[in-house]
Amino acid sequence: MDAHPASIPPVQAAPRAGIRLPGVGAGLGRGMVVLYLSLMVLLPLAAVVDESLSKGLDAFWSSVTGDQAMAALKLTVVCSLIVVAINAVFGTIIAWVLVRDEFPGKAAVNALIDLPFALPTIVAGLTLLTLYGAKSPIGLDVAGTRVAIVVALCFITLPFVVRSVQPLLIEMDREMEEAATSLGSGGFTTFRRIIFPNLLPGVVAGVMLAFARALGEYGSLILITGNIPFETEVSSVFIRSQIESGNTAGASAVSVVLLALSVVMLIAVSLFAHSGTHGEKRGILVRAINRVISRSQLGGGS
Amino acid sequence: MTPTAPAKWGLRGLAFGYLGLLLLAPVGMIFYKTFEHGLGPPVDAMTSPEALHAIQLTLLMVAVAVPLNTIFGVGCALLLVRRRWWGNSIVDGIINLPFAVSPIVVGLSLYLLYGNTGWFGPTMAEWGIQVLFSWPGMVLASIFVSLPFVVRETVPVLQEIGTEQEQAASTLGANGWQTFWRITLPAIRWGVAYGVVLTVARVLGEFGAVTIVSGSISGETETMPLFVAKAFEQFQEEAAYAGAIVLALLALTTLLLMSVGGRKAKASSGGSLPAAELAVSTSNTKEGS
Amino acid sequence: MGIAVEGAFKRFGDFQALDDVSIDVPDGSLTALLGPSGSGKSTLLRAIAGLEDLDAGQVVINGQDATTTPAQKREVGFVFQHYAAFKHMTVFGNVAFGLKIRKWKRPEISDRVHELLRLVQLDGLAERYPDQLSGGQRQRMALARALAVEPQVLLLDEPFGALDAKVRKDLRTWLRRLHDEMHVTTIFVTHDQEEAMDVAEQLVVMNEGRVEQSGTAGDLYEHPANEFVMSFVGEVNRLGDHFVRPHDMDVVLDPDERTEEALVQRIVALGFEIRVEFTLGDGTEVWAQLTRPELQKLELREGQIVYLRPGQTKSFSSGEAVSAAA
Repeated sequence: MDAHPASIPPVQAAPRAGIRLPGVGAGLGRGMVVLYLSLMVLLPLAAVVDESLSKGLDAFWSSVTGDQAMAALKLTVVCSLIVVAINAVFGTIIAWVLVRDEFPGKAAVNALIDLPFALPTIVAGLTLLTLYGAKSPIGLDVAGTRVAIVVALCFITLPFVVRSVQPLLIEMDREMEEAATSLGSGGFTTFRRIIFPNLLPGVVAGVMLAFARALGEYGSLILITGNIPFETEVSSVFIRSQIESGNTAGASAVSVVLLALSVVMLIAVSLFAHSGTHGEKRGILVRAINRVISRSQLGGGS
Repeated sequence: MTPTAPAKWGLRGLAFGYLGLLLLAPVGMIFYKTFEHGLGPPVDAMTSPEALHAIQLTLLMVAVAVPLNTIFGVGCALLLVRRRWWGNSIVDGIINLPFAVSPIVVGLSLYLLYGNTGWFGPTMAEWGIQVLFSWPGMVLASIFVSLPFVVRETVPVLQEIGTEQEQAASTLGANGWQTFWRITLPAIRWGVAYGVVLTVARVLGEFGAVTIVSGSISGETETMPLFVAKAFEQFQEEAAYAGAIVLALLALTTLLLMSVGGRKAKASSGGSLPAAELAVSTSNTKEGS
Repeated sequence: MGIAVEGAFKRFGDFQALDDVSIDVPDGSLTALLGPSGSGKSTLLRAIAGLEDLDAGQVVINGQDATTTPAQKREVGFVFQHYAAFKHMTVFGNVAFGLKIRKWKRPEISDRVHELLRLVQLDGLAERYPDQLSGGQRQRMALARALAVEPQVLLLDEPFGALDAKVRKDLRTWLRRLHDEMHVTTIFVTHDQEEAMDVAEQLVVMNEGRVEQSGTAGDLYEHPANEFVMSFVGEVNRLGDHFVRPHDMDVVLDPDERTEEALVQRIVALGFEIRVEFTLGDGTEVWAQLTRPELQKLELREGQIVYLRPGQTKSFSSGEAVSAAA
C-alpha cells in the first residue's frame, strides 16, 4: 500500500488502444514529466539538503540545536499542539452544528469555513490584527505576544478538523443512534459511545494535518507576533532571519528538520487513513483528507 | 439523536461564538476599516503606481505559472492513471512534496539554486538571465507551490471516466491525439478547470517564498501580498487594507468558483462532492429545495 | 473471407485467458461466443478488435493478417456492454464521430447520421445527450455509431448485459433483423445461452480459455461434445455417468425394468411448461419438464412416489460422447 495522501490510482488495464500520443511515446512523455518535476521540485529541495550539510554533520547538528533555533522550535511545537487541541474540540462542534442543525444562512457559513484556507496568509494576519492588534476597537491587543501566535494559528487551521469530520458525520448511519436510544442510551451517552468513536478518525486526521500546517506557517504570523527571538519567533521566522544574516547553512539545517517533520506527518496521516479505518469509512476519510490537503494549500501552505 | 433544546443552543453558542470571534468579526472588521472613510482612499491606494505594478506582477505570475502547471498536470495525470510504470509511485510522492514544504524553505531553495554562489546562479548570469530579485525567480516559486493542484484534481476524474470511451474512439478510427483532444480532454475538463482555479488562487496568495526570492523591491518585484506586507510595515495602513481587501475578494471568488465548479466536476464525472458542497446539498435535500 | 483466429494465446499475470484458441467465422454470418465468466470470450473478441494484444497466434480479417494492425486501422465496429457513449457529445455527435475522423463533409455526415438514426429508430433524438436516453436507446446509438463507418466486422461485447429482461429480448430480435438487412460479419459475446441460441447462426462455446465446441444451436444441443457443453447449452440432469435432458425424462406411474423410483418434491408451473422436482432413492435430485396436458393426465401430487424412465441419455466418460436411447 503506498503511503501518500494522493494515493496511487490503480492503473486501469493499459489497453493497447486509447491514449497513444504519436511521436510522444511513453518514454518521451515520462521523460518530460520527470524533467519538469526534477527541475521544479527535486533540484531546489536537493539544494537545501546539500547546503544543510555543506559545513559537515557537526555544523548541521549545532545549527539545529542552537539556543535560538531550539527556542523557536519549542515555541512552534508547543503553540501548534495547543492550537490543534483547541480546534479539535471546536472543529467537531462546528461540524456537528453544520451537519445536524438547521438555520438560515447555513450554506453561506458552510462555505466560509474554507476561508482560512483560501485567504492569503498575509491577509489573514492583517485581518486578525485589525481586531486583536494595537488599534483594536474592543481594546483586546495581543499583538507581539505568544497569544497572537495561538490566535493566528487557530484561524489558519480552523477548517482542518471541521472538513475531516463533516463527511464522516454526513455518511453516518442514523440507525445506530436510534438503536442506542431504543436501548436506553441518553443523549450524551449516545454521543460519547456511538457517535464520537465513529468521528474519531476524522478528528485524528484533521489534527495531524493541522499540526503539519501549523509547524511551517509564516505569512499570518509575520505581522502580528513581533518576531522577537526567544520570545515570539517561530521556526519559519527563524529560518528567514538566518537567511538574511547570511547563515544559509544554518537556515537549511533547520529547514531540513521542519521538512522532515511535515513529510513524516503527511505519511503518518496517509497510513492512518488506510489502516486505521476500514470499509466505507476508509474511502470517505481518504477522500476527505485529500480534499483538505488540497484546499489547505490555497492561501499559502506550510 | 436529537439533542435537547438547551444542548442544541449550547452547541450553537459555542460554534457561533468561536466562528464569530475568529472568523466573522475579523473579516467584518477589515472590510469596515478599509471603507471607513469611504471609497476614495482605498481606490486611490489601489491605483497608485506601486499598487498597479503589484497587481500587474501578480497577474504575470499567474499567466506564466498556471498554463505550465496545467499542461504538466494533465500530462502527469495521464501518466499516473493510464500507464503502468514502476516510477509512478515515486512521481506521486514528489508531487505531494510542495504541500509539505514551508514557503520560506521554498524561497531558500531557489535562493540556493540561483543566487550568485548557487548551483545555476553564475550560469544564468552569463546568459544574461536574472532569476532572483526579478520575476523569473518569483514564477519559479509560484510553480513550485502550486504544482500539485491540477494533477491531483485531474487524476480522480480521469480514473472515474474509465478507458472505454477512449477504446471506442480507437475502434472508430481515431488516433492518439484525436482521442485525447476530442474524447479525453472534454471528459475531464471540469476536473482540470477545478485544478486551475485552485492553482490560480495559490499563486495569487503566495507570500513566504516570493518574499525571499524577490527582495521585495517596490515597483519592481512586489506582488500583491508583498505590497500589503510592506505597506503595513511602513504604516501606510489604507494601502495595506485596500490591497488586503482585493486579495480577500479574490479569495471569496475562489470559494464561489470552487462551490460551483465542484458541483460541475461531480456531475460530469460521477465522482463524490467535496465536503463543503456535500454538506450544503444534503441540507438542501432535507428542505426539499 | 470472414474472420479467422489461429492458435491464440493470451495471459494476464497468472491467468491464462486464451489457451490455443482457433475459430472460423464465415463472411456475413452472425456468430455468438458463448461461455461463463472468465471463459475468455471477451478477451477473444477484444483481440479480434485489436483492443488486446495476443501473446501468440494470428488474427485474419477478410483474408488479411491483422495481428499487428492497431485497432484504429482494423475497421471493426465495436459495441461495449456499458455503451461507452461519449457523454459530452449529443447523439448526433456520437454517431458522426467516426465520419468526422475520416474527414467527411458536413452535408454527407448529416445524411449518413440521420440515415443510421432512422435505421436504429432513434430519429428525432439526435440533439439529446446520452444521459437523457434509456439504456436500450443508448445501446442502439452505440450500434449506429459503430455502423456509421461501414466496418468490415461488427463486434458486440455482451451488448444487452446491462439492460432489463424485456428490453434485452426486444433488442435481440432487432439485432437479428438488422443483421438480415446488412449482412455484416457479426460476432457477439454472451453468457446467456438462450440469447445465443435465439440470435446466432453459429455458436462457439468457450470455457477456461478454450473452445469446447462450435456449431449451430441444434448441433450443440443434440450432439454436445462433452459434459460442459451439454450442461451449458440447455438443461441437464445427471444420473451417475449419464446425462438426461429434463424433457427426455418420462414420468410413469408403474415401474418396469428401466425405471427408477422417485419422490415428487415440488411442482412448479412456469407458464406452459411445468417443472417437477424429484428425489431418487439414493438422494440424487433431478427434475423433469412436462407440459400441462401431461401433468394433468398423470395427476401428480407432491409427496407421491412415481417412476422415471430416462429417454435419450448421453455419457462422456470414455472421452467420446455416447448416446444411448433408453
